[in-house]
Amino acid sequence: MTTDVINDQSEHDPHDGEHHDHKMTGMKRWLYTTNHKDIGSMYLWFSFIMFLTGGMMALVIRAELFQPGLQILEPDFFNQMTTVHGLIMVFGAIMPAFTGLANWMLPMMVGAPDMALPRLNNWSFWILPFAFAILLSSFFMESGAPNFGWTFYAPLSTTYSNGSTAFFVFAVHIMGISSIMGAINIVVTIMNMRAPGMTYMKMPLFVWTFFITAYLLIAVMPVLAGVVTMVLTDTYFGTSFFDAAGGGDPVMFQHIFWFFGHPEVYIMILPAFGIVSTTIPAFSRKPLFGYSSMVYATASIAFLSFIVWAHHMFTTGMPLFGELFFMYCTMLIAVPTGVKVFNWAATMWRGSLSFETPMLFSIAFVILFTIGGFSGLMLAMTPVDFQYHDTYFVVAHFHYVLVTGSLFSIFAGAYYWLPKWTGHMYNDTLSKWHFWCSLISVNLLFFPMHFLGLAGMPRRIPDYALQFADFNKWVSIGGFAFGISQLIFLALVIKCIRGGEKAPMKPWDGAEGLEWTVPSPAPYHTFTTPPKID
Amino acid sequence: MTTKEYESYYVPAQSKWPIVGAIALFLIAVGAANYVSNLNNPENAGGGWVLLAGIALIIYMMFGWFNNVITESMSGKYSHQMDNSFRQGMSWFIFSEVMFFAAFFGALLYARTFSVPWLDGAGNNAATAVILWPEFTATWPLIKTPDGTETTAMGWYGLPLINTILLLTSSITAHFAHVSLEQNKRGLLKFWLGLTVVLGVVFLFCQGLEYSHGYADEMKLYLDSGIYGNTFYLLTGFHGMHVTLGTIMLLVMLIRVFKGHFTPKNHFAFQAASWYWHFVDVVWVILFVFVYII
Repeated sequence: MTTDVINDQSEHDPHDGEHHDHKMTGMKRWLYTTNHKDIGSMYLWFSFIMFLTGGMMALVIRAELFQPGLQILEPDFFNQMTTVHGLIMVFGAIMPAFTGLANWMLPMMVGAPDMALPRLNNWSFWILPFAFAILLSSFFMESGAPNFGWTFYAPLSTTYSNGSTAFFVFAVHIMGISSIMGAINIVVTIMNMRAPGMTYMKMPLFVWTFFITAYLLIAVMPVLAGVVTMVLTDTYFGTSFFDAAGGGDPVMFQHIFWFFGHPEVYIMILPAFGIVSTTIPAFSRKPLFGYSSMVYATASIAFLSFIVWAHHMFTTGMPLFGELFFMYCTMLIAVPTGVKVFNWAATMWRGSLSFETPMLFSIAFVILFTIGGFSGLMLAMTPVDFQYHDTYFVVAHFHYVLVTGSLFSIFAGAYYWLPKWTGHMYNDTLSKWHFWCSLISVNLLFFPMHFLGLAGMPRRIPDYALQFADFNKWVSIGGFAFGISQLIFLALVIKCIRGGEKAPMKPWDGAEGLEWTVPSPAPYHTFTTPPKID
Repeated sequence: MTTKEYESYYVPAQSKWPIVGAIALFLIAVGAANYVSNLNNPENAGGGWVLLAGIALIIYMMFGWFNNVITESMSGKYSHQMDNSFRQGMSWFIFSEVMFFAAFFGALLYARTFSVPWLDGAGNNAATAVILWPEFTATWPLIKTPDGTETTAMGWYGLPLINTILLLTSSITAHFAHVSLEQNKRGLLKFWLGLTVVLGVVFLFCQGLEYSHGYADEMKLYLDSGIYGNTFYLLTGFHGMHVTLGTIMLLVMLIRVFKGHFTPKNHFAFQAASWYWHFVDVVWVILFVFVYII
């Protein structure tokens, strides 16, 4: 994809200066903004704050699990920690980080002046901090925070739940509204705001993955809203959706929840595919291998995500045909995913590689995400899953795909675009420290969990048998090291915003895309007049 | 599309309405959560007032926000492309609503196909039936739950049938109103749109009547009367909320028509309200079939 327009509106477009370029100052700018870059920054900062908050909870969990026996926590508080850690990381850290990247980059990548519905965009963001304020406020209630796991299985969340369930339910409702509105904005921006000449198959793969992810969000977030509503009425209004005594079924909860929950898993990984499909070609100085197969693979994964949900429930009990169907469909996902991994490897093959920090995170992503994918394939096999279900093997699996997968891709994206966002190059030494510390500690943190799980250590229990002590010690050390490593990133970002070497318009010589045709930092308004794509 | 349209894409300047809306939603959530948590000790339920304050604030936000949009639209700031954004946005919003209802229809079908028969020993669940509730017999509508709560099924004739006819008719009148608008026949537009609003209000009245029958002592059909009552009230209830919202939307459109808004070419808001109304109608037809008839 090429462009014949070097876009610099601030000088060429008098209309622009007249109407738009009066940023408000102080707090009002951020409260009232309709600018996709402002909103993107707010999403990213919010997500990072939530990441540290959820991370602190993970460290509390790891501190308790450092030794066998109950050291520092009551079991109920341990359950609250695992529950809120999961909710925060899923809905507060990973998803908003992707939405932030989408906000910043999508309009620039498709050559649009802003997101399609800018005011709605601001609303989507600002309801999120309120949602998490409600969720976190439950820690200060008499009953304490939700303690039923982030999957809030009935009857734990209905019959046996504590007094804060209503607050949990309404907080999730707001998160859902935020996601749906944000996704609608993404879909409409991509469908309606592309620069003339940018056909669907000319869009950067980053745009494609967010496009497909947004469809998944619009389809499944309302189902989540439905299921939390049923939890609410079961808990407070005497309905019996999940109570056999009234003709319902607790298993029905799991079916509805995972109908949301499994596409949700892909909502958190498809954008990651988009990011590394941007960075790997840039630092291999080759176009992405198999662009169209990447598009079709992403769409296939999205489609399959709707018909595999019950692989989370093999041990819950369902007819044999169901178990076979969900097992085979799940294993089928390995095919399009394999296409992707192959394409990334083929992109690097005989490329002239260089190993800047975004590339390091991307390569780590490909390898470590693949490990998470393989353990997923193991879990997909029904009889094998009977053994692994609810053990630390599952914890290891989804942390490999979510931490070394999604989170590492977010880091790759952040390093890749930081020069564009701030106008400064980040400190290279610090970034290398961040990468290597994260890489080593994250594997120390999550790899031994595989062994723990295979040996039978159950998840979500604050105590464990003596034979698991050694591995758990190392896992906890890895956890604290990983947590501290993230402070390097915080310091680096602040340093980068405040100063540093001036970034050129295109700091990476292999980078492609419209975002590199505007100055660094990107002007407040870009592409008021759309560029022409050949 | 020509380049001209791209050049005129309107990006609004700062707006205070999103943050007002965020605070409103916060108040609604906190108020509702507090209220629901204290259903059993009403003296603690100050949440109801917070909830009402939130609703008031969100209505204020809607007035302000839509007022801005209407002013911008009337002053010709919007391009064809902008109109497309609105239309696509509304379509996907309606799709998300479809998925919300899908969750509840899914629960209904699951209960009917799986959980109720299984409790009576269907499939390989003979032991379940013997151990848990040996007396239980699976029927649908489930008028006697496993733990012995008895209720009565709501028939499909009478009020529900009348309501079906009302809503189907209102969808047709809404379409006639749209056609009149496109042909610039303002008198007919007022008539058909007004009739649609009236039909919506009558539907809601009948729905209320039906609920009062359900809650009367002869029927004993309550929200907590087992899975039949649960799905009945939640499906018809959420549908009723959507009808209420749709009626308000159409009423606002009627007021705007009387104020002389909308042209045969430019009437996104009218179209959105009308789409929403057709969606509500389709949901009712599915609901009528699966909740009442079958």
